[in-house]
Amino acid sequence: MSAPPLDQYSVVAEGLRRTYGDARALDGLDLAVPRGTVFGLLGPNGAGKTTAVRVLTTLVRLDGGRAAVAGHDVSRSPRAVRGRIGLTGQHAAVDRILTARQNLEMFGRLFHLGTASARRRAAELLDRFGLTEAADKQPQGFSGGMRRRLDLASSMILAPEVLFLDEPTTGLDPRGRSEVWDAVRGLTQQGTTVVLTTHYLDEADKLSDRIAVIDRGRNVTEDTPAGLKRTVGGDRIEVVAAEARDLPVVTAAVARVAKRGAEPESDAAELRVHAPVSAGVPALTEVARGLQDEGVTVADIGLRRPTLDEVFLALTGRSGGEQRESAEHPEAAV
Amino acid sequence: MSVVAPAAERQHAGQRLYWAVADCWTIVRRDLTHLAKQPSIVAWQLGFPLVSVLLFVYVFGSAMEVGEGVDYKSYAMPGMFAMTMAFGFMNTAVAVAVDKERGVTDRFRSMPMAPSAVVTGRGVSDLLHAALDLAVLAAIALAIGWRSDGGLLSTVWAFVLLLLLRFALIWAGVLLGLLARNQESAGNLFAVAFPFGMVSSVFTPPSAMPDWLGTLAMWNPVSATANAVRELYGNPLPGGGSWIEEHAELMAVVWPLALTAVFLPLAVRRFQHLGR
Repeated sequence: MSAPPLDQYSVVAEGLRRTYGDARALDGLDLAVPRGTVFGLLGPNGAGKTTAVRVLTTLVRLDGGRAAVAGHDVSRSPRAVRGRIGLTGQHAAVDRILTARQNLEMFGRLFHLGTASARRRAAELLDRFGLTEAADKQPQGFSGGMRRRLDLASSMILAPEVLFLDEPTTGLDPRGRSEVWDAVRGLTQQGTTVVLTTHYLDEADKLSDRIAVIDRGRNVTEDTPAGLKRTVGGDRIEVVAAEARDLPVVTAAVARVAKRGAEPESDAAELRVHAPVSAGVPALTEVARGLQDEGVTVADIGLRRPTLDEVFLALTGRSGGEQRESAEHPEAAV
Repeated sequence: MSVVAPAAERQHAGQRLYWAVADCWTIVRRDLTHLAKQPSIVAWQLGFPLVSVLLFVYVFGSAMEVGEGVDYKSYAMPGMFAMTMAFGFMNTAVAVAVDKERGVTDRFRSMPMAPSAVVTGRGVSDLLHAALDLAVLAAIALAIGWRSDGGLLSTVWAFVLLLLLRFALIWAGVLLGLLARNQESAGNLFAVAFPFGMVSSVFTPPSAMPDWLGTLAMWNPVSATANAVRELYGNPLPGGGSWIEEHAELMAVVWPLALTAVFLPLAVRRFQHLGR
């Protein structure tokens, strides 16, 4: 891959390689993140997302390939990179005992702002992340979402050119997730480039301009969220028959609405029939009406959106579910 | 948003040193704030030596025969000081493990601060913490009747030797904290700390122990420091008469230096290897 012009890209990575023992965490990963966009890195756990972020934030050395972040090489000028990035990792990396304000002032001083500017910047960030009221309280009493916002604020001390968010909503409840999403959207309006890793399809969908799907340390595909969903396929209709003898009739009804070229799949043991459809709601109505006309009652009927498992099955030919569950780690003690 | 210039990335040696010290002080201030916000931490950490004082001086003390006509209190208190310093490495290890587990260490490492400050800041604040522990313990010791009969200089030198032991163990603590999988496994190090503190001359003279255990206890760095400060305070000594016991003051310097020489490079290497 020829190097894209640096001034248009905040992150350019070519052939990143990193092994841990025998495991290849990164195996030739390429990335080009246009300036001022939100770039989603999507993949099952173990795909190499976190390693990619750790390499790009200078926390881990590369075994091969090269990467430039905000115009500086991560291996040759790590200090220059560190002055231009923010990092929010999988844990809310704030001090639990210092107050929110003391945390931000400490990080400000460590960014060499000087006491007065560190204080001013802390007040600004507290205000911007809706933490002014909690400013003088200890984060150990915060909700997960609040603590994560403080974590985000700590990554924003220097108004970074590139902000890395590594699974920023893992372990948060829906409210906490939406708080974090709002905060991230606010950042991009300021012109910050955001690199976001997640294993939640909806999170990547809601926040990203472009999404790279990676697996086993390699690129699988890269597209806009809409494009990605088209690749993966849309809704599926699913009908559960009430009685075994109805199964052929149900299968035939589902077959009539199935996407062109797709066959319904049925599970005789569970009396379940499902098939991909191109337009979900009309298909659902048609099947329901058709079965009613034939006097068949069903136990359940509904539409299913593609799950992340199906994304990975479609894109990588293997399921991501197994690893995802074993590596699912809602933050301990958060 | 205010525009903030990125930290200068090409620093000459003088600037580097300045920031290494300034960043270290920022980290130390963080730990001092912890202390101020949670004075109970000090109380908890002193809980063990205090309970030990009660147990050994008042419960077992009457049955403790250290030497003829020797006041057990005067024997046990300097031992208690040394033991508290020895157990201190646990505090270092747990603090390091907590920062590592919660991603605070990674946040520091992703910032343009002096990387050394993460480790030096820990060291300085642990020493300040240890000095505070010693002050509280000494006050309690004085209250129950312990006295230093040594001169002012000897007494001060004794406290310096105690802090020297604590200093040497900071690096063992940093290393173990970085190696620990999480906070809990760092806490389990107490299983190591306990015999390290107790199989020594802290509460009983090694000469009264079975031979092999007595030898182990005699050569324990904690014993060297305990015996050296006993000598300096003019408190009773275990009086085994072996070479190591005759040269306690020398060994109270040699042991910590040797421990530092081993653990400081290992700890720094381990810290640098977080990125490997």
